[in-house]
Amino acid sequence: MTATETTDTTLRTVTLNVNGQTIRQEVESRTLLAYALRDAGLKGTHVGCDTSSCGCCVVLLDGDTPAKSCTMFAVQAEGHQITTVEGLGSPGDLHPLQQAFWDQHGLQCGYCTPGMLMTAKAMLEHNPDPTDQEVREFLSGNLCRCTGYNNIVKAVQQAARVMRDEAQAQALAGMVPSTPEGGAQ
Amino acid sequence: MSIETDATNNAGPQTLTMGKGMKRKEDPRFLTGNGNYVDDMRLPGMLYMAIVHSPYPHANIKGIDKEAALAVPGVKAVITGEDLVAASLAWLPTFHGFDKQMVLAVGKVLFQHQEVAAVFAETREAARDAAELVDVDYEPLDPVISPFDSMKDEVILRDDREDKTNHIYHWDSGDKDGTQAALDDSEVVVTERIYAPRCHPAPLEPCGCVAQFDAMGRLHFWVTSQAPHVYRTAISLVTGIPEDKIRVISPDIGGGFGNKVPVYPGYVCAIVGALILKTPVKWIETRTENLTTTGFARDYHMDVTIGAKKDGTVTALKVKTVADHGAFDAAADPSKYPAGMFGVVTGSYQFPVAFAELDAYFTNKAPGGVAYRCSFRVTEASYAIERGMDILAQKLTMDPAELRRKNFVRKDQFPYDSALGFTYDSGDYEGTMDKALNQIGYADLRREQAEKRARGEYMGIGISTFTEVVGAGPSKHFDILGIKMFDSAEIRIHPTGTGIIRTGTKSQGQGHETTWAQIVAEELGLDPQNLLVEEGDTDTAPYGLGTYASRSTPVAGAALALAARRVREKARKVAAHLLEAAPEDIEWVEHKFQVMGAPSRSVTMKEVAFAAYTNPGEGVEPGLEASLYYDPPNMTFPHGAYIAVVDVDAETGEVKVRRFLAIDDCGTVINPMIVEGQVHGGLTEGFAIAFMQEIPYDEQGNNMAPNFMEYLIPTSVEAPVWETGSTVTPSPHHPIGAKGVGESPNVGSPAAFVNAVMDALAPLGVTHIDMPLTREKVWRAIRDAQAAAASD
Repeated sequence: MTATETTDTTLRTVTLNVNGQTIRQEVESRTLLAYALRDAGLKGTHVGCDTSSCGCCVVLLDGDTPAKSCTMFAVQAEGHQITTVEGLGSPGDLHPLQQAFWDQHGLQCGYCTPGMLMTAKAMLEHNPDPTDQEVREFLSGNLCRCTGYNNIVKAVQQAARVMRDEAQAQALAGMVPSTPEGGAQ
Repeated sequence: MSIETDATNNAGPQTLTMGKGMKRKEDPRFLTGNGNYVDDMRLPGMLYMAIVHSPYPHANIKGIDKEAALAVPGVKAVITGEDLVAASLAWLPTFHGFDKQMVLAVGKVLFQHQEVAAVFAETREAARDAAELVDVDYEPLDPVISPFDSMKDEVILRDDREDKTNHIYHWDSGDKDGTQAALDDSEVVVTERIYAPRCHPAPLEPCGCVAQFDAMGRLHFWVTSQAPHVYRTAISLVTGIPEDKIRVISPDIGGGFGNKVPVYPGYVCAIVGALILKTPVKWIETRTENLTTTGFARDYHMDVTIGAKKDGTVTALKVKTVADHGAFDAAADPSKYPAGMFGVVTGSYQFPVAFAELDAYFTNKAPGGVAYRCSFRVTEASYAIERGMDILAQKLTMDPAELRRKNFVRKDQFPYDSALGFTYDSGDYEGTMDKALNQIGYADLRREQAEKRARGEYMGIGISTFTEVVGAGPSKHFDILGIKMFDSAEIRIHPTGTGIIRTGTKSQGQGHETTWAQIVAEELGLDPQNLLVEEGDTDTAPYGLGTYASRSTPVAGAALALAARRVREKARKVAAHLLEAAPEDIEWVEHKFQVMGAPSRSVTMKEVAFAAYTNPGEGVEPGLEASLYYDPPNMTFPHGAYIAVVDVDAETGEVKVRRFLAIDDCGTVINPMIVEGQVHGGLTEGFAIAFMQEIPYDEQGNNMAPNFMEYLIPTSVEAPVWETGSTVTPSPHHPIGAKGVGESPNVGSPAAFVNAVMDALAPLGVTHIDMPLTREKVWRAIRDAQAAAASD
């Protein structure tokens, strides 16, 4: 038997919706989503293992579902909205989670960071006010070799506070009708 | 540790951050996916390489059939060991120079997963497909798995070597006869075989590289290397390519932990592929390849014997070690130190006499040994003595803290010459331990433990008061491949008072881009936010020996401070010109130059920098820069006092780490936020080593922990909450009084964990259990002890 007999290496075009942009890419059926994203230049998504253990490759599907993109084929991602770390924020416009990881020294080599941020984002979508233990449990699919996790937990809690405050401010703003003179303060 | 973060961008001395928790300059790119790691590199026409690995630990290779592999669409070439023999590239010298390592197996394989062939293809998938189709005809041979079997020399593993023995080397240090005499005279002697199991540093980013020859025949080599300059020299020596025609670039590295110090076969194969195929080649290993073939850590079997008086005063230390180095001796040690810094095994204590000896053997396992925050075998040494002291305390029924206090090298004895030949620079062991004991409430914990023991509950308190030795090292003693273990710094200040800093080290997450800027900012009164730090490009950075063994701050950190002072001396001349005074009348006060006795007449470094390019003064060379290569006079000896509190469930063997306090003393602290992060990470490694990590081989030589399903990395759920603190005992010989610290937490913590569990089980008469202290091992030890007690 040869590889060509056992493996369908036919290229097909996959259309991925990533960070609000449409990416069309030639992939094999067996191409993993992590590699498809990286080949498209979105290299923030990392690969750290071959047993779906480390979570360096976590991206979000449809806004709030974390997925290890090394454990999905690119073709399976078609029809989903994918968010990668590049869609979270940029150096001049950091997401509260990115800012909190910076403030709390929640990263060192930076290799786990993109996956860690995406999982944390998913958690805060589901649980905006987690306990430390809840943070640790939700992040347990993301390995880190540098930080020992303490500062990551602190960072997620800081981001949760900021995001709760922002949500509250938005909710309050919504209660006051804006006026042509300058709106609610 | 209280942490003050400060990331203001205002220029001027008020933004100086030396000693403060300045936020990291490297973070914005990592947080946004803009880091640049090796696998992020993409070049036109780039091929992918995959490696064929041996399924056998020991076998003759009777033939290799490449045909099916070459038939896979997209495959460009397959190379084997025989192909490399023809190019004289089949063997790779190891860093300390005692041995060599096969690049691709020639004639036979010597460990499971050894590299046998390399495949080059247009896609990573095609390369992997083809690697599976390379047909290797093996004739299995008897494997040698235990070093205790290896020493019998019944099966000789390395017929390529002149000496027909599996014995690699013997090393010893100290007074053998004096030690034995002192032990014979000792009132109390304890002895224990203590095994530091084979484990693996497992950085999250595996090893990899991209090799490219440009149109001028120049090799560009992006690689996960902790020592890019040494790589350049090694590649030149191996391939014959002149060093000026090689540019090694270590970009952002996703953790190293010692794993990315050695040169691996995959790198050589990628270079060969790029050379013969005339197109760039990328090789990125898988996690399984990382765990099964790259540098392991530890694997020391240590017979530790301590003599003492009945009052606990230690009289002698003897340690006899059998080291398992795998199939090739690729342990990344300085060449005169085959057993690394193991001689620091007398630890923090006044042993009047000591003797350490070690014999290393080949086995059918992957090579390595020195890695994983070990500081060249200090992890083993520290573990041996800190376990040994607790075993002695248990024998004497003496409090382990008081036994340590009785034997500590005292603060007034530094510099202290140890019985095994190290000169410890400074320390306050008692002060650091007392801080730890007070902070954790030691007396209360002992009372609580007594109450729990009375109730039949197993609570344990473990202490480790270790001494590290980091910052290799003085040129008289230390070299890698013959190159002395200096390091270097270049500082160039631009006309507008910003600057660029380059060193011969290479961060893998330790924050050099931030802390190097802090050191220079402090020395020059410039804004650290505007001092760009670069490392890892051998075309641009000054030659250095790299980052490992916590040597960056001791060596490159010293080079930086002294290079900055050279800049300052040059600047003094310009300042003198600007202030119309003699240079000797200019003093550096509060980060400004001022005329002695006339504080109103002053200039800032920023003003001087501009003048250095526009108006330097008569006879003063324009520009403002300096470089310096620093040959350290001694190592630095940071120390720490760690205390673990555990509860053991006697029914299940489960150990719960209730508290862990680490007090570290690394002298002057550059950035407490970064030090704390280093400590958290290293403690988590120590926790993993103590409780879950091992790379065991079965009797057939199969690697039983080849991936993250078997080789366990603690998650956020298992990792304890860490308590940290510090004392400050500066290194007297270091320009800013700083010592290394990155590896202290891994060196110090395993013994604290194991001591705590043994302390918990002391009522059962359990003296020692080898790591990792898995639930099953602890449960068996409890069960066996209970059975033994019942049969008495």
